[in-house]
Amino acid sequence: MKRLLPHPGLTAMLLLIWMLMLNSFSMGGLLLGAFFAVLIPVYTAAFWPDRPAMRWELPLLRFVLLVIRDIIVANFHVARLILFRRNRDLRPGWLAIPLELHSAEAITLLAGTISLTPGTVSVDISTDGRHLLVHALDVADVNAEIAHIKARYERRLLEIFR
Amino acid sequence: MTVTVIADAVIAGLLLLGGGFALIGSWGLAKLPSLMSRLHGPTKATTLGVGSCLVASVVYFPVHGGVWTAHELLITLFLFITAPISANLIAKAYLHGCHTAPGEQSMMAEGMPDAAENGADWATFGYDDAEEDPLSVPTGAGGKDPSA
Repeated sequence: MKRLLPHPGLTAMLLLIWMLMLNSFSMGGLLLGAFFAVLIPVYTAAFWPDRPAMRWELPLLRFVLLVIRDIIVANFHVARLILFRRNRDLRPGWLAIPLELHSAEAITLLAGTISLTPGTVSVDISTDGRHLLVHALDVADVNAEIAHIKARYERRLLEIFR
Repeated sequence: MTVTVIADAVIAGLLLLGGGFALIGSWGLAKLPSLMSRLHGPTKATTLGVGSCLVASVVYFPVHGGVWTAHELLITLFLFITAPISANLIAKAYLHGCHTAPGEQSMMAEGMPDAAENGADWATFGYDDAEEDPLSVPTGAGGKDPSA
């Protein structure tokens, strides 16, 4: 079973994307999709040796919903900044976020989340992988913003990747 | 009949919202003072701007006699995967710009924090002197190869 499905999450995702691409349900399409969804993880497993253990169910779903909600809220916030704040009143700043996450996949997800929420863009990671460099458009208190990002996103990612 | 009217109102609202955010994003790109600040404009246009146009499209086709398509969901997914990467590459190019002229005062990197107390540098700068394997990066000791 482990050899046939080395990465069940990837298999499920490939099959789902395949079916969404087809855009109409047919048995042949499902079978062909399942064929590729099983074969591709088997043949690519060797390229991805140290996969982190990940919980695919409720915590991940809740994290995705939270991020979508935050994207919408932050969009309105940044729109207000652009429209009604004079340039010289903006307080752009750099944040160096100390990371508790270790796996590359988890840090990538955190960096992507930070970039997707408007107002913050993740820029770089330190060579030892322990700090993330983030640029913020308007930040009043650097330490409070770092604590906010850590409490809101990193804590939830720590629950997902363990 | 009324369902169509309500759906049309929703579609129009979503299109207005999406167009509005794309406009504000572009306005931010033109108005904001520095490169790093400007980067925040386009991220907004891709997320909520394109997102609500795609949701409008999801609603429009079934209501007006077309087939329901899932392709908009996929477009959203692919956009959300690729948008942070392009923003990250622009930011990294900016960091490289800060680093090119060692002699003169760099005005771009104003207020940028150091990576850490332990001597590790930001990854953009950490590997310029050696031909070491960049894939072995994150676990290495600060990227300074003693044999280099």
